[in-house]
Amino acid sequence: MSGFSLPSATLLAQSILSGVFVGALYGLMGLGLSLSWGLLRLINLAHFAFAFLAAYLCYQLASKGMDPLATLVILVPAFFVLGAALQALVARFAITPFNSLLLTFGLTGIVEAIIQTIWTADFRKLESSYSPMKFKVGALYVPIPELITFAFAVALSFAIWAVLRYTDLGKALRAAAEDAPIAAAFGVDQRRNALLLAGTCSALASVAGVCLALSFTLAPSQIYAWVGVVFAAVMLGGLGRALGPLIAGSVIGVSEAVTMAVTAPSWAPIVSFTLLIVILVLRPGRVG
Amino acid sequence: MDTTTSLSRRSVIAAAVIGLTGAAAGVRAQGTPIRVGSTLALTGPLSATAQIHKLVGEIYVEQANKRGGWLGRPIEWVVKDDQSKPDLARTLYEQLVTADKVDLLMGPYATGAILSAMGVAQRYNKVLVHHTLGIPSLAKYEWQFPAWSLGSDPATTVPNTLFDALAAGPKPPKNIAVVTNKFPSIQFMTAGAREVMKKRGLNEVLFLEWDFGNRDFGPIANRIKDAKPDFVWVGAIGLDGNLLLDAMKKIDYVPPQHFYLYPSPGPLVALPEAKNALSVTIFEDQPPFTANTGAAEFVKIYRERATKAGLADPSVETQAAASYTAWQILAAGVAATKSLDDKAIATWLKANRVDTLQGKLRFDGTGNFGDDLMRIKQIQDGHWVVVWPKEVTAGGAKLLAP
Repeated sequence: MSGFSLPSATLLAQSILSGVFVGALYGLMGLGLSLSWGLLRLINLAHFAFAFLAAYLCYQLASKGMDPLATLVILVPAFFVLGAALQALVARFAITPFNSLLLTFGLTGIVEAIIQTIWTADFRKLESSYSPMKFKVGALYVPIPELITFAFAVALSFAIWAVLRYTDLGKALRAAAEDAPIAAAFGVDQRRNALLLAGTCSALASVAGVCLALSFTLAPSQIYAWVGVVFAAVMLGGLGRALGPLIAGSVIGVSEAVTMAVTAPSWAPIVSFTLLIVILVLRPGRVG
Repeated sequence: MDTTTSLSRRSVIAAAVIGLTGAAAGVRAQGTPIRVGSTLALTGPLSATAQIHKLVGEIYVEQANKRGGWLGRPIEWVVKDDQSKPDLARTLYEQLVTADKVDLLMGPYATGAILSAMGVAQRYNKVLVHHTLGIPSLAKYEWQFPAWSLGSDPATTVPNTLFDALAAGPKPPKNIAVVTNKFPSIQFMTAGAREVMKKRGLNEVLFLEWDFGNRDFGPIANRIKDAKPDFVWVGAIGLDGNLLLDAMKKIDYVPPQHFYLYPSPGPLVALPEAKNALSVTIFEDQPPFTANTGAAEFVKIYRERATKAGLADPSVETQAAASYTAWQILAAGVAATKSLDDKAIATWLKANRVDTLQGKLRFDGTGNFGDDLMRIKQIQDGHWVVVWPKEVTAGGAKLLAP
C-alpha cells in the first residue's frame, strides 16, 4: 500500500482544506518578510524568530488566563517598536541587503537562545478554549484555530494591499523602493516611512506568532523549520507584493497536502521547492 | 562548551564533610578524585532530554560519593556541553582524553553523539558505556557497552513483543496502518515491524513516512482514518504522537488501538486523546522494576529532584533508567577489577553480568548487546502501566482495547 494510492473524495477535500489553512499561515508569515525584502531591501531572517517570540509570549500570557487573541493588544504594538528599532539600527549602519541577511541570522540565533533560556528547549503547547472548537461542513471538519489564521491572513493581506495601492503612504513606499533618490526629490520622508513599514512587518510577525501558538506545538528549534517553505512562498509571490505570499502560500500548502494525501508525506517538502525552481525557470524576472 | 565541575566539587566536599562527621554510612571517599568525562546536549534541540541525563548523573555521583566513591576515592564528573552537535561531541571527547586527562569516559546522549564519542574512545582505547544508542548494528567498537537493553536485533524482537501483547489482548488486530518518522533510529524499527507483521500474516492497510520536523499531520491523520485500520503503529519520536493525535481529534477520529515507538513520555501521557496508547519501556516507576538493584532509592530521589527542576515528567522511565544503568555498569567494572584500567574493565564486563536498575545485564551478544528487555506499556487512567509480558506487570494490569 506504500507509494501512490487513490484517495477518497472526502480525504482529498479534507486534505485540500488542511492545505489552504496551512498555506494561509505560510502567507501570513511571508507577508512581513516580503514587504521588508521588497520595499526596504532588508532580508529579515529574524522575522521567523520574532514570530516565535510572539508565539511564546502569547503562550505565556494565555497560561496566565489571558485570551490568546487578546494578547495581540499587547504584542502588536510591542513588536511594532521592536521592528522599528531594528530598522533604525540597519539604517544607522547603512547595512546592505546581503549583510542584513547575516545580521538578522545572528539576531535569530540570539532570540532562539533567549527563548530556550526562558521556556527551555522542551515542547510547549498552548491549550486554549479555541483548541477543541470545530464545525462540520458536509463531511469536512473545519477547525476554528486554523480558520482564525486564515481570516487574519486574508484580512491583513488585503488591508496591506489596499494601503500600498490606494494611500499616499503606500505609493511613497513603492516609489522609494523603485527609485529612492527620485522619491526623496518628491519629498518622500524615507526614514519615517521605513520605520513605519519595518514596525508593521514586525507587528505582522507577531500576528503570525499568535496564529502559530493557536495551532502548533512550539519548540525553539522549530524556528528554522519554517524558513524554507516561507521563503519559497515569498519568492513565488513576488517581493514587496501584499497578496503574493498568501496566494503562493496557499498553492504550496494545497500542493503539499494533496501530495501527502496521494503519496508519501515525506515527498511534501519537495513540492514547495520544485514549484519555486519551476517558476524561476519559467519566469526568471519574478523575484526581485 | 562549559565544563561543569562545581556540583561535583560540592558533592565531593559534602561527601567529605559527611564522612568527617561520621554521618554517612561510615565510609569516606578520600584521595584524588576519579575523573569521569562526558558530554551532554545541554543546549540545542536535544537539551530537553539531556537534562534528564544530567540530573541522573548528578544524583548518581552524589549518592556514590556519600557511600565512599569508587575504590575509596571520590568521583568527579566532568561534563561538557556538546550543543546537540555530534561533531562538537567528537572534539570535546578528544579534549576530555587529551587535555582534561579524565580517568574514565561516560557516554553522551543521542545516537549521533554516541557514535562520535565511540570513535574517540576507540582511538584512545577507552571504555565507553553509553545511554541510549538506538541502532545496535552501528556499535562496532569492542569496548563500548550499551546501557539501554534493547538487544542486538530490536527491529525484530521489539515488534514481536508488541504483537505478542496484542495477540494476547482483548482485540487482536488484523488490519494495520504503519506510519513513521524517517528519523534513522525510528525508520529501521518500523521496517522491522513491517517484516514481523508480514511473517505473522497481518494485513498492512497503509504505510506512510514523514520527515523529521514535519509540521502538518492533518493529511496523515486523514489517511489513517480513510484506511480504517484496527491498529496503528506510529514510528513516533518526540512529539510526533501528540501532533498526530491532535490532528486526529480535529477530524473526530479515535484510533482503535495505537502504538508510539519513542514518544516524549510526559507530554503524551498528559494528552486525553492518548488514552490506551501503547509504547515500549525498559523501566517504569512501579513494581517489580522498583525491586531491582538501586531502583527504589533512585526513583525516590529522582522524583524529588525532577519535580524541583521542573521537568515535564518526574517519574523514572527509559531515559533516566538507561542513564543510571550506565553509571552502574561503569561502577561494576571499576569495583570488580579494582582498577581504572580500561582494558581490564572491558574484559570483565564482557565476561560478567551486572546488576542494574533494569535487572541483570550481559554484554556477550552481538555488538556487546545482551537481552532485549523492552516491555510494553499502556496509558491507563492517565498513567503509564506496564502490560506485557505478564511477569513484569503489577496489580494484574492487562492490555486494554476500546
